[in-house]
Amino acid sequence: MASLPGTAHARRVVLAWCAVGLAAFVLLPWYLPQSMSLWRSLAGVFGGNETASGLVQAAAQGRPWLWAGLAALLLATASLFAHDTRLQGMGLVAASSAGLAGLLGSGFTIGATGWSFEVLGRLWGDLPAGQPGMGWGAALVLLALVVLLGAGVARLGFFRSDLFVAAAVVLCSALLLLFIAYPVGRSLTGAFVDDAGAGSLAALADRLGQDRVWGLGCVAGGVRCGVAWNTLFLALLTATGTTVLGTLIALMAERGRLRASRALNVLALLPIITPPFVVGLGLILLFGRAGLVNQFLEWALGIPPTRWFYGLFGIWLAQLFAFTPIAFMIMRGVVQGISPSMEEAAQTLRASRWQTFKSVTLPLMKPGLTNAFLVGFIESMADFGNPIVVGGPYAVLSTDIFFAIVGAQYDQGRAASLALILTFFALAVFFLQQRVLGRASYTTLTGKGDAGVPMPLPLQVQRLCRAIAVPWLAFTVIVYLFAFSGGFVQTWGRDYTPTLVHFRTAFDLQWGAFGLVWAGTAWNSLFTTLKLAAIAAPICAALGLTVSWLLSRTRFVGRRAFEFSALLAFAIPGTVLGVSYILAFNVPPIELTGTAMIIVLCFVFRNLPVGVRAGTASFGQLDKSLDEASTMLRAGTATTLRRVVLPLLKPALVAALVYSFVRSMTTVSAVVFLVTAENELATTYIIGRVGNGDYGLALAYCTVLIVLMSCATAAIQALVGERRLGRRRAAAH
Amino acid sequence: MPAGIEFRQVSKRYGDERSPLVVKGIDLVIDKGTLTTILGPSGCGKTTLLRMIAGLDPASAGQVFIDGQDVTHLGPAERNVSMVFQSYALFPHMTVADNVGYGLSVTGVARPEIERRTLAAMDSVGLSGYGQRLPSELSGGQQQRVAVARALVLEPSVMLFDEPLSNLDARLRRSMREEIRSLQQRLGLTVAYVTHDQSEALAVSDQIVVMDAGRIAQAGSPRQLYEHPCSEFVAAFMGEAMLFVAEAGQDGVIRLGPLRLPARRSVAPGPVKVAVRPEAWQVAPESAPAALPGDALAGTLLKSAYLGGLQELTIATEIGELFVVSPDVRRGWAVGQALALSLGGPGVSVLETG
Repeated sequence: MASLPGTAHARRVVLAWCAVGLAAFVLLPWYLPQSMSLWRSLAGVFGGNETASGLVQAAAQGRPWLWAGLAALLLATASLFAHDTRLQGMGLVAASSAGLAGLLGSGFTIGATGWSFEVLGRLWGDLPAGQPGMGWGAALVLLALVVLLGAGVARLGFFRSDLFVAAAVVLCSALLLLFIAYPVGRSLTGAFVDDAGAGSLAALADRLGQDRVWGLGCVAGGVRCGVAWNTLFLALLTATGTTVLGTLIALMAERGRLRASRALNVLALLPIITPPFVVGLGLILLFGRAGLVNQFLEWALGIPPTRWFYGLFGIWLAQLFAFTPIAFMIMRGVVQGISPSMEEAAQTLRASRWQTFKSVTLPLMKPGLTNAFLVGFIESMADFGNPIVVGGPYAVLSTDIFFAIVGAQYDQGRAASLALILTFFALAVFFLQQRVLGRASYTTLTGKGDAGVPMPLPLQVQRLCRAIAVPWLAFTVIVYLFAFSGGFVQTWGRDYTPTLVHFRTAFDLQWGAFGLVWAGTAWNSLFTTLKLAAIAAPICAALGLTVSWLLSRTRFVGRRAFEFSALLAFAIPGTVLGVSYILAFNVPPIELTGTAMIIVLCFVFRNLPVGVRAGTASFGQLDKSLDEASTMLRAGTATTLRRVVLPLLKPALVAALVYSFVRSMTTVSAVVFLVTAENELATTYIIGRVGNGDYGLALAYCTVLIVLMSCATAAIQALVGERRLGRRRAAAH
Repeated sequence: MPAGIEFRQVSKRYGDERSPLVVKGIDLVIDKGTLTTILGPSGCGKTTLLRMIAGLDPASAGQVFIDGQDVTHLGPAERNVSMVFQSYALFPHMTVADNVGYGLSVTGVARPEIERRTLAAMDSVGLSGYGQRLPSELSGGQQQRVAVARALVLEPSVMLFDEPLSNLDARLRRSMREEIRSLQQRLGLTVAYVTHDQSEALAVSDQIVVMDAGRIAQAGSPRQLYEHPCSEFVAAFMGEAMLFVAEAGQDGVIRLGPLRLPARRSVAPGPVKVAVRPEAWQVAPESAPAALPGDALAGTLLKSAYLGGLQELTIATEIGELFVVSPDVRRGWAVGQALALSLGGPGVSVLETG
């Protein structure tokens, strides 16, 4: 078996990547020309200073450091002609890592006007030219080099010599590094840089030690506490509230002999399809200064309306509405996972229903409860929409970061240090969660059939569920109804005439001299959002499924580190990611501020966990021996993925696609920093209208979004429901 | 002729250097064209051994040879090995014909050739006419045949079976194991077959390898293993043998309580261990000791269970409580009855004591 069937094919693939890299070096513009599309800049590939390809830049435009890319690609190609596989591997690794080091090194040290660090200029003299941010040519060359690095590592015998796995791991790690670790790291180090631009711990201590951050004035009866305490306190309240409510609703849905569990499924979908601040807006219509409650109080008791609702209580209530469905989803899974035969066993041992509930059901739910609490905690800390809408004077970290960047103060250092605190909190909770979940997992679901009947809830618990959960659900419906109806009246609080004027302002269509005119003010942002979300969704789904596949199906040296860093990356709050993007990607080598691309990237990496989770869940259901059978039948890894795994994962793929699309449409916290007048998004447009007090228009827009998103999710539900895996499940080994 | 499969000092651990060895320095030869079963309790490393032949798990140390070629560092696709999985692992989204032809199609065989060979493989396992069904539309036994056909179609030099019959009911199990055996003999395949059922192993094997805690406890023909187990573990695992400490005399005669056994091999005088299978005991009512040859051991019946063709008895004697299987189901067995036991014929083996 000197000529293995897989080897010749693998060599062709590696050669193709060399060719891609070389072609990109010669034929595509190396830099990203400001305000010029790829198509228009292609004309100047062999000429202009900004639009020239890598080859021309290196030869004629005074940027000789780019030769590193060409040399690396040629060396890699040459090493493929070595006979010994180890030699090939060493050649590939050496060439590609040298190329990556050269290109990235020069990218980070040579800025728009020359050396980025004065020291280097003094050392090596001035440069003939600086360089703008990297463009398509550079991106493709770097991509090719990363893939070649993976191929080389595989040739050296790592990753069990599997080229595909090696390239996928290296590529995914590179992407996570470049678009999560690098920006977050870079922006967080901004906290250590003082106003003059020098690194100093004093600057950090000064910013962190402020009374505005850690003050405890409120405890001693003062006006307010620091934002850090505010954030923690709110998160604690919200996590407790959502966990209790979510658990009660889950118990009622699963064990309460209720007919309405289908309606509860809709509840579970609400936070996905609605922008996070819709609840806040609905609550304002009820409790705000012009809200129904205040008006009633004024009419009945003569109490003048105030802004009492804005603040801690308002945010807490809004977050309870917004995040209880998440806790409900977690707890429903937990309650479903409790094997009925455990409870039946307890009952046959003479335990009453209440004793069984107390001594078996509740302890089995404990890990789930912890998980729901921690998830609620993280969601609350990372939330931006609700605090900005109903927060009033109550400042939290996410809003303070926002105002530090967009406000009049424009204080990068302050934003960075606040982001550092928020990240610290999030990671602390993340580690806590890992520890707690790592130790206590009472999975009671087995592969074996479980014929038991779940025990009905004890009467006391049933009464408690009814007394709390039912009014809560009714209240949720009311809040959403108000949010909807707000878009259909003239001015809430003053003029309740039904009208469609807000919809007309936002989504007007006219026939002009040149045909259809999208005259409404919202069309622009809606189309931008749809377009960018549609671009981001397939990338996000593909990347997410790849990561989940690597995590659940491959074994290689360093897998645990890879898994851990991926999970860690997902714990970064959206606000921190957004602020990091704007701080890190506004200078060469990656200069994306103000472009649509930065928003797409933010969508992709913000929603990556969704794709990964969807993938991991379905890989868990997919018998691993199917992959192995395909491998045994001589299929390569890529073939196995294409012909066996992907067809069986179609539901997960569709789900990941649509969820990442929908979440991109409704996300606020991360993108609020990245939008420009040119690239306005739906959610930021709505936040803007709310800021102007234009609730009618904002709510009309929300209604349209919710209808759109419901259609999208209904579509996936229909598609996922079609899953047909008529397979006899083998008994567990 | 090189061996079909050969292991030289193969070890395996999952995880890093600190993790324990699952397979501990195994040497094993499986002759070409023979069927070897790998037998052992769960967790003994038998499936790991199979997966190392397949290339699904790389060996941590040592070498694996197939047909004389060192395949230790080759992937599963490069070894010319096929495997039938315990769960069958049929692709649920492909028809039976697509499942069987999958291996040919991914290795780039031309379409007419794929069709021809697929039909031939399905024919050889008696599945003609089922090509357009989905796996979910087949019974368990039929799914098993598809899995076998899918492995056969690549004409591998080695076929592997991972507990292939564990998901079938008892009757189907017997007929399937006969089919696998006759297919193997007809095509002259080299087969490694993992099971934890000793009767299955005895029925189909040319060679049986009994594993215990990552080592080979004994390898040999079914008869060797059953009649001459070389260790307590093998004796107990193959047919529930009970062990007794007996005394070997200068003359080679072994005394087990009042019983005297002729030595089959030269045994050094002193204490020896004797393995006795439940069916080796002959039982007679104490009132009629003359029916038994040689010396007799007195006992009292404690428990008795009627199994149709056999009677299971638990009898208290001076050498301990005995578990005995008697073919005599017609006699009226009554608890408390006095009995006389003797040993004769096969089913008794003397173990070397270390």
